[in-house]
Amino acid sequence: MALEDFCSFRNNPHLWTPASLLPPLQNPASSTPGIPKHNHSGRRRSELSNKDDGPPLHLSLPPASAARCLMPTVRRPFPLTHGTTTLGFVFQGGVIAAADTRASAGGLVACPEVHKIIPVHSHLVVTSSGSGADCVLWARALEREIRLYRLRHGRVLSVRGTAKLLAFMLHPFKGTDVCVALTLCGWDQGPNGGPRDGVDQGSAGSSGDATATEALIRIEGTSPAPGHVTQSPVSEQSGLSSSSSSSSSSSSSSSPYSISSTSSTAREGPKVIYVCSDGARLQGELFSVGSGSPYAYGILDGGLRWTLSREEAFSLAREAVFRATHRDAYSGNNVDLVYITEKGWSRRDREDLKEEYYTRKEEIGKIVEERCRKTD
Amino acid sequence: MEYLIGIQGPDFVLVAADSVAASSIIKMKDDHDKMFKLSDNILLLCVGEAGDTVQFAEYIQKNVQLYKMRNGYELSPTAAANFTRKNLADYLRSRTPYHVNLLLAGYDQADGPALFYMDHLSALAKAPFAAHGYGAFLTLSILDRYYKPGGWTGEQDASLLSILNKRFILNLPSFNVRAIDKEGVHDLEKVCVIPSDGRVSSNTPPPPPPPPPPCLLVFFIHFVR
Repeated sequence: MALEDFCSFRNNPHLWTPASLLPPLQNPASSTPGIPKHNHSGRRRSELSNKDDGPPLHLSLPPASAARCLMPTVRRPFPLTHGTTTLGFVFQGGVIAAADTRASAGGLVACPEVHKIIPVHSHLVVTSSGSGADCVLWARALEREIRLYRLRHGRVLSVRGTAKLLAFMLHPFKGTDVCVALTLCGWDQGPNGGPRDGVDQGSAGSSGDATATEALIRIEGTSPAPGHVTQSPVSEQSGLSSSSSSSSSSSSSSSPYSISSTSSTAREGPKVIYVCSDGARLQGELFSVGSGSPYAYGILDGGLRWTLSREEAFSLAREAVFRATHRDAYSGNNVDLVYITEKGWSRRDREDLKEEYYTRKEEIGKIVEERCRKTD
Repeated sequence: MEYLIGIQGPDFVLVAADSVAASSIIKMKDDHDKMFKLSDNILLLCVGEAGDTVQFAEYIQKNVQLYKMRNGYELSPTAAANFTRKNLADYLRSRTPYHVNLLLAGYDQADGPALFYMDHLSALAKAPFAAHGYGAFLTLSILDRYYKPGGWTGEQDASLLSILNKRFILNLPSFNVRAIDKEGVHDLEKVCVIPSDGRVSSNTPPPPPPPPPPCLLVFFIHFVR
């Protein structure tokens, strides 16, 4: 496919895996279910499991940035920056993803009308920041992988699974100049619903598929398997803890989202997950990324509550991007807003912030006039 | 900027980690959990470079679980610690080392509580108390002064986190705390620290704007057996 050609994957497979450790590619039918044959993340198998029959004897780590040392760094023609403001947050009505539309190259506005919010499937969008080329590339690669997953397994991968997949795809490039910081904003459907993009739902896959997907679900570390400890809402409390019931509220006492603390651990519902090319993968309720993000955080942290109505959430997101573009030189032009609900994502019209700025200036001018007239 | 601490008691291990996930100057998350449950009795606390921590910790976690599936019994904390060390050491002299600092805490039915300190050069040491991060510079001396084997109760815990609050220039506002004993891993109350009394001394910067919801003053829950 185009991606493989672009990366010269077929010509130079040895650049993608430490060849000394990779056994010759076996019959793909016998490899572990779910892992594609041409594995661009270049999973390295240990010496113990030279045969491909059955599950690997030793779970293998993706080769930590083999690419780091094999690819010489090319000098950039101009400095690349994270010139952007993007944000994503959850609230009672779903997920809001917002971004500006400026692509900057050093001090030049390379393009004033970029789409930084890229749909992956009907219930997931990705907001991108970092190097524009890298973001488009990785968003497309992710879209491809999610589509392949759906075709193979008959169901769509959860947002957490998508984030994990993306993090694993980016891991070999850690330490190189790949610079992406993506926020996945999506809605996980329950077992009965399902994102649509024209593929048959195939909710009842074969039993083989079901076990494969279940195995994949468990590996993601969701409860009740002994996974990441935050995921278990049921935890044994010491008898002394008099406020044991408030452990969940005390853990969220620093955030205004005491009600939604379960939504981040639930299998269904709105999700926002931040994935970055350093390897960070964070699930949360609010993320803002880019050079304008501190300004956006200032507005969002003050105004964000779980109980916002949809219109209030829109105006908060717009306000945050607007204020960030006002102060940050590398963000600007327009604001894109996408909201995701159970029914899928939908996009609001792009709004020009220049006009917004002048409208507000007029309003403030009028208020000042009023005040002057009253005091006179 | 990240902080881990572990203290071994007579029949438990107490571990705490700060809960901030930061990206340069921004706190991306302030309720981030840095502890990974390897089994019912073992916790791995992992800090370091952004992607390396989760990748390495999850790798260890899944392999420990795989061992249990294949052999029918769990790895002991000592075995798990040595396994972790071996993996870290194997990658150390490769082209792609993992830059992570770890604490591994566990309770063995036969040997009792155990706390292991491991740094990014894969040095492993079993210790009665250990800490990672800049905060370790401030808290280890308190532990040296007051720790007695088999005698760690709760009163001294308050001084540990308050010294961080008093002297450490970077605010670590909240900590996840867990304890492991023979019954397994227990979540303890999350600890938030605020400047006590709002007092401003000439050395400290002005207090931050008041946090909206009330935060607990620093205290630890301690076990009374």
